[in-house]
Amino acid sequence: MNGGASRRGVWLAWAVQALLVLAVVAGAVWVVHHALEVLRARGVRSGFDFLTEPAGFSISEGWLDFDASQPFWRAFLAGLINTVRAAVPAAIFSVVLGTLIGIGRLAPHVLLRGICTAYVELLRNVPLLVQLLMLAFAMANLLPDPTEPLRLLPGVWLSKGGLSVPWPMVGEGGLHFEFPERGDFGVSGGAALSPEYVTIVAGLSFYSAAFVAEIVRAGILSVSQGQVLAGQALGLSPVQQLRIVVLPQALRVIVPSLTNQLLSLTKNSSLAVAVGYPELVSVANTTIGSNGRAFECIAIIMAVYLLLSLLISFGMNRYNARVALRGWR
Amino acid sequence: MRNVAQGPIAWRSELWGSPLRSLATVMLLALLAWGGFHVVEWGIVHAVFRADAEACRAVQHGACWGVVAEKWRPMLFGRFPYEEQWRPAIAVVVLSAVTMLSAWPRSWRWWLVPLWAAALLLFVLLMRGGVLGLAQVPTSRWGGLPLTIGLAVVGLALAFPLALLLALGRRSGWPVVRTLSASYIELVRGVPLISVLFMASFLLPLLWPAGWQPDVLVRVLAGLVLFVAAYLAEIIRGGLQAVPREQTEVAMALGFGRWPVQRDIVLPQALRLVVPALTNSVVGTLKDTSLVTVVGLFELTGALGLALGGDPTWRPFYLEGYLFIAVVYWVLCFGLSRYSVWLEKRLSAAP
Repeated sequence: MNGGASRRGVWLAWAVQALLVLAVVAGAVWVVHHALEVLRARGVRSGFDFLTEPAGFSISEGWLDFDASQPFWRAFLAGLINTVRAAVPAAIFSVVLGTLIGIGRLAPHVLLRGICTAYVELLRNVPLLVQLLMLAFAMANLLPDPTEPLRLLPGVWLSKGGLSVPWPMVGEGGLHFEFPERGDFGVSGGAALSPEYVTIVAGLSFYSAAFVAEIVRAGILSVSQGQVLAGQALGLSPVQQLRIVVLPQALRVIVPSLTNQLLSLTKNSSLAVAVGYPELVSVANTTIGSNGRAFECIAIIMAVYLLLSLLISFGMNRYNARVALRGWR
Repeated sequence: MRNVAQGPIAWRSELWGSPLRSLATVMLLALLAWGGFHVVEWGIVHAVFRADAEACRAVQHGACWGVVAEKWRPMLFGRFPYEEQWRPAIAVVVLSAVTMLSAWPRSWRWWLVPLWAAALLLFVLLMRGGVLGLAQVPTSRWGGLPLTIGLAVVGLALAFPLALLLALGRRSGWPVVRTLSASYIELVRGVPLISVLFMASFLLPLLWPAGWQPDVLVRVLAGLVLFVAAYLAEIIRGGLQAVPREQTEVAMALGFGRWPVQRDIVLPQALRLVVPALTNSVVGTLKDTSLVTVVGLFELTGALGLALGGDPTWRPFYLEGYLFIAVVYWVLCFGLSRYSVWLEKRLSAAP
């Protein structure tokens, strides 16, 4: 009798699940069909055929030159490359800065701890968008004109026109760094980074660093105090204790959370649309404005970000497998 | 590195314990003094506090807090009709009061649910009007702080049941339910919020019957709920995993049904475990509401643009305006994160 009841239960379970699949598929079909109907009624064409048509807008910066006569697919590619061009340096800066601040929060020096704690609490509790808009305003209005740039470091100039930094060049004597020079009409030479690019990379780096700092701090705290004492007993200096004993073990705790943080950094780079940096979302937004293909453009954004997320997860999981304790998952 | 000694005596040795530390102390003090001097000089000594645009333009190296004195109402309440702004003010106070009351574990009783329902009803009533002699205010004119807090609170409240279903679904014994829940969660967590908001604002209008234009606020709220639910679901799943499986087995052996076990035994423990993580998510959602600016809603960030962007007199003092709303966000978020720490200690201390 019991067996009969459970067999009936199994049948019921499968019936409910089959109905659920049907409902989801029917819902999806209805949504797409209905949306297409409405679009057709409004005289809007649909489909991805627009990708080969000329875009009609140009993209001011990036590694891929793009002008108005080139097709939309190239605009999206340029946008994607710009996303990567902003996210990768921001990821590197935020991990370096965040690690330093995270270690600083545990340093045996009350002033240093205080400054690092203040940094984390200040940046973590204000929306990234507000920080980005504030930075963009400061870049555009509070900095000196390009003819009178600020000299931050030798060869590093900052003005309303953006940031100029030394850049490696291949010349006659092999690889050398070209330093930007100040002339009568502003700074020339080296790499000239636009104010929008500086805003998004700096904003993402500073914001993300606050979260990386917390991840690093939690990781270091997870290493048992006995390990540090053992390091001391071996005569290691405090820096050596950190580098040889604590950090390698802390990485096991840090890496999975760091992966999450890098994923959100990449997704957060989509906020560049609000400060005028032409990354993927900005290109898609312009495209929707020019031809109304919202459905297609949003599908492209989502697909690309899913792909980027998968790539980052894959890479970080490989790295995680290397730092994980042997014999552990 | 751990067990950092606390108190003034430990601090003295930290500050001056060795030549290297003394050097670091002197350098950091110099840095703080330099930074503090500039901040005080800019923000207080040379600053203009009156709502006087002439004086603000005349000052060279000082802040113009006059912009806040002049524009605080449009910054905090957006385009809400000027004479009616007492309504959003009370609405914010009501929501904040109920939130603070629910933050206290002693008040975690059944009456919180009807209390929240009443508070949300009062919120909508005050904002929307149209009854009791209150002038009706369309949602397109809602803005500022009430919208920021309202979106966060209502968004979280609606996302929570969906998240609960998704979390239970992801652990379900039914493969179809498990796959659907997991796909939804991973899909939404893999894309930026802005793409979900674009979808809500561009695509949802296509799905409504012709002739009925759904409110932009409703569409954006729908997007926010769908997004937040995926993140909350993973937090709740973490809590569910932490409840020992033996408890389920024991309860079922005692004759409890599948659902009563979840409802009365597993969920209460799981939710208690993840309260700190949920609070972090609340902070994240509060900050994320700033993104609705991008699709044309004027919450706190959008209201600032509205208040200053169209006014050439005060536009040069955007930075002071940003600092003002940054302080508002900071107070809300920092308060919540401190609360989370307090609650974590209290819950772990409780038997």
